[in-house]
Amino acid sequence: MRKISVLLFLGWVCFLFYAGIALFTSGFLLTRLELTNHSSCQELPGPGSLPWGSQGKPGACWMASRFSRVVLVLIDALRFDFAQPQRSHVPGKLPASLPFLGKLVSLKRILEIQPHHARLYRSQVDPPTTTMQRLKALTTGSLPTFIDAGSNFASHAIVEDNLIKQLTSAGRRVVFMGDDTWKDLFPGAFSQAFFFSSFNVRDLHTVDNGILEHLYPTMDSGEWDVLIAHFLGVDHCGHKHGPHHPEMAKKLSQVDQVIQGLMERLENDTLLVVAGDHGMTMNGDHGGDSELEVSAALFLYSSTPLFPSTPPEEPEVIPQVSLVPTLALLLGLPIPFGNIGEVIAELFSGDKDSQPHPSALAQASALHLNAQQVSRFLHTYSAATQDLHVKELHQLQKLFSKASADYQWLLQNPHRTDVTLRTVIAELQQFLRGARAMCIKSWARFSLVRMAGGVALLAAACFLCLLTSQWATSPGFPFCPLLLIPVVWGLAGAIVCAGLLSVNGLKLDSVVLGAVAAVGSLLAFLWKAWAGWGSRRPLATLLPIPGPVLLLLLIRLAAFFSDSFVVAEARATPFLLGSLILLLVAQLHWEGQLLPPKLLTVPRLGSSAPVGSPRHSGTYALRLGVGLLLCTRLAGLFHRCPEETPACHSSPWLSPLASMVGGRAKNLWYGACVGSLVALLAAVRLWLHRYGNLKSPEPPVLFVRWGLPLMALSTAAYWALASGADEAPPRLRALVAGASVVLPRAVAGLAASGLMLLLWRPVTVLVKAGAGTSRTRTVLTPFSGPPTSQADLDYVVPQIYRHMQEEFRGRLEKTKPQGPLTVAAYQLGSVYSAAMVTALTLLAFPLLLLHAERISLVFLLLFLQSFLLLHLLAAGIPITASGPFTVPWQAVSAWALMATQTFYSTGHQPVFPAIHWHAAFVGFPEGHGSSTWLPALLVGANTFASHLLFAGLKKRQQSPGKEVEARVRPEEEEEPLMEMRLRDAPHHFNAALLQLGLKYLFVLGVQILACALAASILRRHLMVWKVFAPKFIFEAMGFIVSSVGLLLGIALVMRVDGAVSSWFRQLVLAKQR
Amino acid sequence: MGLQTKIALFPPRRLNCPLRCRCVSQISTHGNTMKDTDIKRLLYTHLLCIFSIILSVFIPSFFLENFSILETHLTWLCICSAFVTAVNLLLYLVVKPTASSKKSSLSHKITRFLKCCIYFLMSCFSFHIIFVLYGAPLIELVLETFLFAVILSTFTTVPCLCLLGPNLKAWLRVFSRNGVTSIWENSLQITTISSFVGTWLGALPIPLDWERPWQVWPISCTLGATFGYVAGLVISPLWIYWNRKQLTYKNN
Repeated sequence: MRKISVLLFLGWVCFLFYAGIALFTSGFLLTRLELTNHSSCQELPGPGSLPWGSQGKPGACWMASRFSRVVLVLIDALRFDFAQPQRSHVPGKLPASLPFLGKLVSLKRILEIQPHHARLYRSQVDPPTTTMQRLKALTTGSLPTFIDAGSNFASHAIVEDNLIKQLTSAGRRVVFMGDDTWKDLFPGAFSQAFFFSSFNVRDLHTVDNGILEHLYPTMDSGEWDVLIAHFLGVDHCGHKHGPHHPEMAKKLSQVDQVIQGLMERLENDTLLVVAGDHGMTMNGDHGGDSELEVSAALFLYSSTPLFPSTPPEEPEVIPQVSLVPTLALLLGLPIPFGNIGEVIAELFSGDKDSQPHPSALAQASALHLNAQQVSRFLHTYSAATQDLHVKELHQLQKLFSKASADYQWLLQNPHRTDVTLRTVIAELQQFLRGARAMCIKSWARFSLVRMAGGVALLAAACFLCLLTSQWATSPGFPFCPLLLIPVVWGLAGAIVCAGLLSVNGLKLDSVVLGAVAAVGSLLAFLWKAWAGWGSRRPLATLLPIPGPVLLLLLIRLAAFFSDSFVVAEARATPFLLGSLILLLVAQLHWEGQLLPPKLLTVPRLGSSAPVGSPRHSGTYALRLGVGLLLCTRLAGLFHRCPEETPACHSSPWLSPLASMVGGRAKNLWYGACVGSLVALLAAVRLWLHRYGNLKSPEPPVLFVRWGLPLMALSTAAYWALASGADEAPPRLRALVAGASVVLPRAVAGLAASGLMLLLWRPVTVLVKAGAGTSRTRTVLTPFSGPPTSQADLDYVVPQIYRHMQEEFRGRLEKTKPQGPLTVAAYQLGSVYSAAMVTALTLLAFPLLLLHAERISLVFLLLFLQSFLLLHLLAAGIPITASGPFTVPWQAVSAWALMATQTFYSTGHQPVFPAIHWHAAFVGFPEGHGSSTWLPALLVGANTFASHLLFAGLKKRQQSPGKEVEARVRPEEEEEPLMEMRLRDAPHHFNAALLQLGLKYLFVLGVQILACALAASILRRHLMVWKVFAPKFIFEAMGFIVSSVGLLLGIALVMRVDGAVSSWFRQLVLAKQR
Repeated sequence: MGLQTKIALFPPRRLNCPLRCRCVSQISTHGNTMKDTDIKRLLYTHLLCIFSIILSVFIPSFFLENFSILETHLTWLCICSAFVTAVNLLLYLVVKPTASSKKSSLSHKITRFLKCCIYFLMSCFSFHIIFVLYGAPLIELVLETFLFAVILSTFTTVPCLCLLGPNLKAWLRVFSRNGVTSIWENSLQITTISSFVGTWLGALPIPLDWERPWQVWPISCTLGATFGYVAGLVISPLWIYWNRKQLTYKNN
């Protein structure tokens, strides 16, 4: 009962965190599904004939092409006011006092001289205003969000239909020069390309000068249909100096010269487009959605008259994506499938003299094509996901069918008037704008309310963890009411909320429901806790974390707010971990626990576990500390560089062995890997052996004895096959391929069966093979005499235990006087730890298979590190401690740090391109077909292996504390082993488990809270989509994996505990008979 | 070397007062005044140490061309280390805060001195190892890392050697709770810990992308150590003065 409630309580706390994360994510991460459909030339977006004027013309798709060539000059961060012509006659303003105003003189001149040839627009950009997202928008016409859920995570290449794709499939030659982001987005799409690195933000000139070197020669050569030049100087100048710097004036003047030169070279069939992809703030940054960031300049020019009217006084505001359908139709291409932009109608004025209302009809037909395409996209998209609002969608469909019918009627009716034409155009435009507004609403807006709510929920959950972890060990902790009441309240809140929503006819949002449930239960709990807490305790105990550890934690949390530190986290985490370790050692010394009256020399420090020291001494702890530091440093050698630091070199050891050339080195490495595997195995076996758990004939132990080597063997064989597959003789190819499928599955199967065995019979104690005594006899002999007491477990059990131990010791002393005296005791003493170690080793093997071979060394280091840390922590626990078991905060924070460190040292980085996609193919070399959850699971397991292992592993830290303590004092008086003490006080045991879980959740939860806060506060930061958002996502997934691992670990301990207690009950029953 | 002698010649005039105070304190038997005079001596010696660090920044620019802390950092490290060591030795010889128990022979003194040198070297190497374990590059910048270890040893090990002698047990005693037995040891504790803390804090800004010249390894750490040491020198007399009522030393 108690155990279940502990588990449920932890589960409830996890649910609070999940609800907070989900709420925050739904407000912060804008998601959208990428459709891979394509528009094609032959297939019109809707019913109806080819529109007016386009039949029979060569090179025309949906409409006749107006221009055969386009020069697209993309000037990064060309804000609208950079290009805005300055009217010198306006009094009261101080013209051109700012360095960025009025520098594009040629635009102004052209607009004045040739008003029908050129037009300047203020293009309204959709956030996020980062270059890559903008480029996607400028080519696909859609609203790229941070996560465009598509099938291809591994590269940035655009899978949606886009202009470049349409151009290449129509056989046009696209020449590109400038920012190398395009290389990732459109691999292999350009007939000629000059890429320049966009990485160094401080370099203003390399990209621009590179473009200028190629721009005019290419243009004059004539071997292009579409010429794209992407200048970066303005953007870099903004990042480096900000817009208010004289350097900006120089840059803009240079841009002006470029535009001037292009206009002079322009031929009649060519359109010149000068566009900024986004704006910049007062400080020159971009990425957010402030007014300055989302207004960019768009300038169109043709050497033939293009516009029917003169430009308005104040340039028109159009959405940036309007450029996509406009360019597509002007070039005679199909509009990209996912476009939601609206064509710029005034560009489609048509020929002057063929029809009565030529201009308006041409505009209507372009708009109708556009509307058909958008309607088709909305239809397809809403069939694929549930993102879009159903009601609005219906309204839009109604609007569209009406407009479409009107249009058809108009086409058939020759007596059309100007008024009806205008009505149709207005209807079509209304539909297009409505569709776009709906898409923006569902895809492209931060929901500040949800973000704040998520953060508040996370903070409240952290507070709850802190509060309860202090409270849980106090005797009067009311488990059941505290659990039941919140759950009831939460359910009630959720039901009420669902009712309200459905009454109001709103869509049921599971995220909101979860959040409401979480808030309801949280409030109920806090109210209850406040009543229960009351005046019994001062609030000062609320902050129980010791000062230095608190400082370390705070530094770690503050580091989440700095992009440099997030990037450098792989180095910062080991540093903090090392500091914590040395702090622990220093603290032990400071407290005087390491300075016995005389310094004892210590036996050697074993490689698997430091053993043999009968007493802590200064050098003992110091050695543990140095060993830990050494492990941390060695693990740091397996380091993958983040892409932001070009000077750093990734460790070559992270690549799989198959990529190595040179047989000798490969063999050596293979040997090292297998060696580490064997060492891991040997260490675990040695450990179990030392504590006597290896002697029992229980099935799990048998599995450890025989199954683990088998797993190691098949792992080694798989590695051999994987690394040498290409060198296999052709006859054996089939065999090798088969084996490389079978072996990983065999390992996974073995691990699963081992875990099942462990769950079935978790008690690996008791019967000593070769000792000559069976279970019952051991117990019955000493107690065959007088019955000691009436089933008083708490008293009897230690008695039995002591007897067992004494007798066993006596016999041991007879047979081999030098033997370890404490074998019998430690079989029981480590019953929990043994189960945990076995389970973790079993888990480690399949996870190991998912990584590159050489990561096995890291796994070995990981096990070593955790052993050392546990012993170091155990050294700090006073030997005579009694009463409730508490896990110190140092331990919990060190554990969380170590999980992060291992995440990095297994070659991961919290960015999407760094995910190890190849892990999805372990055991499935031919791919997965259509199912996606399995590869997702494999990749997830690969990425968060460290979190999983550590979450599970950390359960151990409770037990060894006691177990080591028991080992160092084998005297009869200090006999109560951890096992005994745990059995003595089941309440304490449960409370300690709860406290441990809560503390760990608190440390993790505070991390995720800091990440969420950083992401929301810095949502306008330049690096938000590159650094903070991925960090948040990875941290959130890590949290979920860790919490699940934690729950499973605690469940396993509970299972062991249950088995042990039932075993004791059997003993007592047997005795009484 | 010439510089050192120059400096070594410099201070005795300033030491007049501590010497006089010491005489007074020997005469006086009243505990409180003895404590006060001790604190005063402590303050003066610490001021002298700070002064030596300041000198190490300014003096070399008279003799060396292009000397600046950031650009010719290694030179400054050597000079600063030499200055601080010299001043510490001098203070040890002049002030003698620990009453040397018995007069010892020359050979004993020499072995003691050699032992001190060995301890110093050992501490340099162990600091170096710890830096590498903390993430310093293993192969590149070895000289820089080692000089950093030297200067940290200068700030921590040299005062320990001067005050406590090559006696590891005494060191361990001083750096544990309730282990200090005099004002001098107390101040030693404070300056050493603050040097370490300063070093640790100095490592924090390294990853930031400000691209300042002092963010290069190990400059920020050495500067942090220096600032920490100076802060410790300033804080410890004040702290001891502030808490002089509460401080009771068992064996003194």
